[in-house]
Amino acid sequence: MTIEEKEKELIADFSIYEDWMEKYEYIIELGKDLPILKPEHKTKENIIVGCQSQVWLFAEKKGDKVIFTAEADAIIAKGIIALLVDVLSNQTPEAILNTELNFIKEIGLQEHLSPTRSNGLVAMVKQMKLYALALKNS
Amino acid sequence: MSFDVAAVRSEFPILKEKIGKYPLVYLDNGATTQKPQIVIDAICNYYTHQNANIHRGVHHLSQVSTEAYETARTTIQKAINATHNHECIFTKGTTDGINLIAHSFGKGLEKGDEIIISALEHHSNIVPWQFLVEEKGVLLKVIPMLQDGSLDFDAFLALLSAKTKLLSITHISNALGIINPIEKYIEAAHKVGAKVLIDAAQSLQHFAIDVQALDCDFMVFSGHKIFGPTGVGILYGKEVELNALPPYQGGGDMIKTVTFEKTTYNELPHKFEAGTPNIVGGIALGTAFEWRNKLDLKAVEAHENELLAITTEALLKIDGLKIYGDAPNKSSVISFLIDGLHPYDIGTLLNQQGVAVRTGHHCTQPIMDYYHIPGTIRVSFSLYNTKSDVESLITALKKAVKMLK
Ligand SMILES: Cc1ncc(COP(=O)(O)O)c(C=O)c1O
Repeated sequence: MTIEEKEKELIADFSIYEDWMEKYEYIIELGKDLPILKPEHKTKENIIVGCQSQVWLFAEKKGDKVIFTAEADAIIAKGIIALLVDVLSNQTPEAILNTELNFIKEIGLQEHLSPTRSNGLVAMVKQMKLYALALKNS
Repeated sequence: MSFDVAAVRSEFPILKEKIGKYPLVYLDNGATTQKPQIVIDAICNYYTHQNANIHRGVHHLSQVSTEAYETARTTIQKAINATHNHECIFTKGTTDGINLIAHSFGKGLEKGDEIIISALEHHSNIVPWQFLVEEKGVLLKVIPMLQDGSLDFDAFLALLSAKTKLLSITHISNALGIINPIEKYIEAAHKVGAKVLIDAAQSLQHFAIDVQALDCDFMVFSGHKIFGPTGVGILYGKEVELNALPPYQGGGDMIKTVTFEKTTYNELPHKFEAGTPNIVGGIALGTAFEWRNKLDLKAVEAHENELLAITTEALLKIDGLKIYGDAPNKSSVISFLIDGLHPYDIGTLLNQQGVAVRTGHHCTQPIMDYYHIPGTIRVSFSLYNTKSDVESLITALKKAVKMLK
């Protein structure tokens, strides 16, 4: 699936929930389902700076695709990074670098996160793009 | 006198706001309090009818604004029972006041002199002293805390010596709500000849303080935590102590004469008020104190203590909930965690339900390190909070826990 297709899927998933408490319930489920990060990747270097809770992100290249794995100590942060991993993992570096991730706005995620969390979201996306850039020519 | 919470509440327009479909339940008063209409009106009135620079012009408006500003100073002087109004220096807030003392008092310190703070301090009462450690080679000693969040008074006594020059201590811990028995600390510090600075940032919104009875040498607080505007606060200092200090910042208003060879300084309070101050802030802070003067502060305290008691009881019924700071003498602040749940998750879900609390380390990382926790969820009440706010909190919290577990 392309990034756009993944995004469409998520927008559809979220559209069935009426209020934000339900949407959070869904994000929390995603967080709970996120596979745990391998202990060797749960290092200080892999912590994303700029999030209020601790979020670890690891990336590697398999073939021409970037594979992301992540974890967080807060469940909502975990759910959000799970959404991003779902959309951006298993894509080419070029596709990751070029996407604008419109689904974030579409599902209203940005405005529903407190500024500090929203910064966390911005920091997560930035870190994923930086990984894509680093892995582009490797 | 007594206290009518519904009547007081109606004076705060922001409390009628909705967060999404939920009515606002504002429980973050430790961070800042809301403002009554009369304070908001004072701000508007200043720019509509009084705006001019103070202490400078002979024209009418300059005299009006100067008089309003100086009247505010006197209102505040009376409210804290300072001997003179020039003992009340307008600052930007608590942080600014502490930095002023660190700078000016610090000038007179020498290598090996000692400053004592406590384990409960806000970062604002830690970092300015660390500057002095670096610059001057003074030693910073820390009064240790105990499991219940109170300070170890005997350990404090053991830290005191002829080398102690200053004790800078918070009256109330913003993170835990513990009230320190500062009278005892002030008395003991004075016995070894040390001066005492009280961080009263969290105190004045809850009860009255009499600086003469306390006998502290300096006291600082922020206007925004006592129903006034942001960007203004007070440094109180005994006249003799303030006169003994060199000025902080140089500029207009703080000088008597300026030549390129030598400048002489103005008298108190102007010596410490360089540049055009936050005039509207000072005036509106005076209004906030006038407003507060009309309240029966004993009844307010009783009301807040009741909220503290019923909330503590209701919280402790929640499975796995632990309150940090359970020493008996507390202001209406509760810091807690729930087993296995991250404070940010709870804060986010409370926010979704209109309940405003603070999560994190509350600018007191040493306290969090002491308990080996990343942060807490902090509920802090003010006089306009009601039992219905407590019910909303508990309902919203139970819902959040159910979603997260
Ligand atoms: C105990 C204490 N000291 C200092 C401060 C700093 O106050 P301000 O940020 O208004 O300067 C605060 C504010 O949170 C506080 O609670």
